[in-house]
Amino acid sequence: MVATPTVLEPGALPPGAAELRSRVREFLAETPFTARCDSWLTGADPAFSRRLGERGWLGMTLPERYGGHGRSPLERFVVIEELLAAGAPVGAHWIADRQTGPSVLANGTEEQKERFLPAIARGECFFAIGMSEPDSGSDLASVRTRAKRDGDGWRLHGTKVWTSGAHIAHAILVLARSAPRSDDRHAGLSQFIVALPDERVTIRPIRGLASEHHFNEVVLDGVFVPGSMVLGRIGDGWRQVTAELAYERSGPERLLSTFMLVRLLHGRAPDAAARRALGGLTARLWSLRQASLAVAGALARGDTPELPAALVKDLGTRFEREVVEAARAHAGVEPDLGSPDPLARALAESVVQAPGFTLRGGTNEILRGIVARGLGVR
Amino acid sequence: MGLLEETANDILSGDDPWPALEESGLALVGVPEEAGGSGGDPADAAAVLRAAGYHAAAVPLAETLLAGGLLAGAGLRVPQGVLTAVSGEVEAVEDRGGWTLTGTFRRVPWARSARGLVVLGNGLAAIVDPAHARIREGANVAGEPRDDVVLPGVRAEAAAPCTADAAELRRRGALARAVQLTGAMRRALDLAVRYAGEREQFGRPVGRFQAVQQMLAELAGEATVADVAVRAAVRAPGDPVAVAAAKANASRAAGTVAAIAHQVHGALGVTEEHVLRRVTLRLWSWRDEYGNETAWADDLGAAIAGAPDPWAFITGP
Repeated sequence: MVATPTVLEPGALPPGAAELRSRVREFLAETPFTARCDSWLTGADPAFSRRLGERGWLGMTLPERYGGHGRSPLERFVVIEELLAAGAPVGAHWIADRQTGPSVLANGTEEQKERFLPAIARGECFFAIGMSEPDSGSDLASVRTRAKRDGDGWRLHGTKVWTSGAHIAHAILVLARSAPRSDDRHAGLSQFIVALPDERVTIRPIRGLASEHHFNEVVLDGVFVPGSMVLGRIGDGWRQVTAELAYERSGPERLLSTFMLVRLLHGRAPDAAARRALGGLTARLWSLRQASLAVAGALARGDTPELPAALVKDLGTRFEREVVEAARAHAGVEPDLGSPDPLARALAESVVQAPGFTLRGGTNEILRGIVARGLGVR
Repeated sequence: MGLLEETANDILSGDDPWPALEESGLALVGVPEEAGGSGGDPADAAAVLRAAGYHAAAVPLAETLLAGGLLAGAGLRVPQGVLTAVSGEVEAVEDRGGWTLTGTFRRVPWARSARGLVVLGNGLAAIVDPAHARIREGANVAGEPRDDVVLPGVRAEAAAPCTADAAELRRRGALARAVQLTGAMRRALDLAVRYAGEREQFGRPVGRFQAVQQMLAELAGEATVADVAVRAAVRAPGDPVAVAAAKANASRAAGTVAAIAHQVHGALGVTEEHVLRRVTLRLWSWRDEYGNETAWADDLGAAIAGAPDPWAFITGP
């Protein structure tokens, strides 16, 4: 009957999830922090990250022998959705916790695992992603950063851009071309771990729409990477990166970047029209959350739900913008980054960050292309 | 696909499936056996209902399952045959050990075909024979009966105290329609994907055009998210937030899905022979029945406004 491969079974939270959730809520209630919209990209607070590490809420899914906590991806789901919904500053550790840790676990050497994973779980090692380049955005396979053999290691030359948090990161995971381009454009790519800072790595801010600094340009001017810091196999970079992107898509951060606005609007004794809008957002978010949870459940079972993950991110990120529009309609305030009114501030943060929602982690057009291919029409 | 779904699909893809649904017991799946049903859980009932939506079958299945469940819940025997449930302003008078019911009900699904009308009101569930009712026939845009019913003092065949009220009927009806919507949306997706692969213009299948691919991806997204949300609500049928959110979202998605499916099909999709019209006419009907996305947004909005923490409202305990 069903010709299209998109049926998702609901994800069920594990026993103990409610207890875990209430512990996170208690922590958030007693811990001082600056709440903001889009906090997983723009809210970096290393001290806050370390406190999460102390609680055992970083590297949750990593094995205990590498300093992790051996928890299920669905337990991690509970923790991160609580943090995101509160607008907590999770930006410093976000990439290391979400994708670099699992990627090092999957592809790394024993030495790499021992060096990076415990530090990630403590909130003491932050990673940046060196994928995008000035001429490589959606077409990631076109990266030009070169890796050249030098003795038992490699030297990297090239420029990475839109590198979130590189200025506070302890390392950057660089995708580079280690062999000349061939007919198979996915071949010849490799991943390298570059420890930061390094005198042959120049990191400069790329300021955002509000002139805020979280993106960077990272120039690699012949930085040396010892052979022991190649991640995975030389030439296997494309497969590794693609697998890594699966962690990037369809998590709760693709729905909740603007949830602060819902919270603040809710606190303003909404009138009938605002209540209706809140109700509509609630219905949509409840449904999208079920889909996100279902994808997390599938990932936890070891499936690779590429198509559902792509379509959840497409709908989820557009919902994040829908929240902004509803807030504009009902907040009765103008967006103002410097306002003492948290609603005006959150609205401003959302408006300036909104273009990024549907770009980062694969543009929505690319994602729909993935879905179309899954449907068999492409 | 499970055996139940396979059987349901076999039956529901045929012409005139109702007799086979009754004979196989699928018309009362999810209704306890002790009450006269076929047994099974809400997920089983949803699987059959989803298949009915997928095949755009003109059968009073949701109505019979719903009314049967209400009778069973009140401890009453569930008869064979088409059932449908109503609630509203009901005057119930007890005399000679029975009940006489008076009331008027609008847009009752399949009333003209029903063997039993299950009436909720005044803390009672009662079953009456629609032969004693005045019925003014009406229909939704898909041509499914939606009749106005007047009970001019009709003696109930049976009645019993019942905790389910009008709000409960609306909730159960909304969940049933949401399940039907997801089945129909899945069909719209399958039809659109197949057509986009077959129909050639400018020397290639229209599905090769990025503009069409992007639309199909959006259709798939809406259908998939609505489906998983409704499946989650079926697992928690007593959770008012789950049901309200799932129906509101499915109703919203139905409009997008129907519009895209027709856009992909071009003018062909509107022709009388084409199955798409049976699907989309139902999407446009069911999305408004038992509360559309605006009605449920109002419900949810009122509830969340009164909740201390909007996030806890969404996650539940």
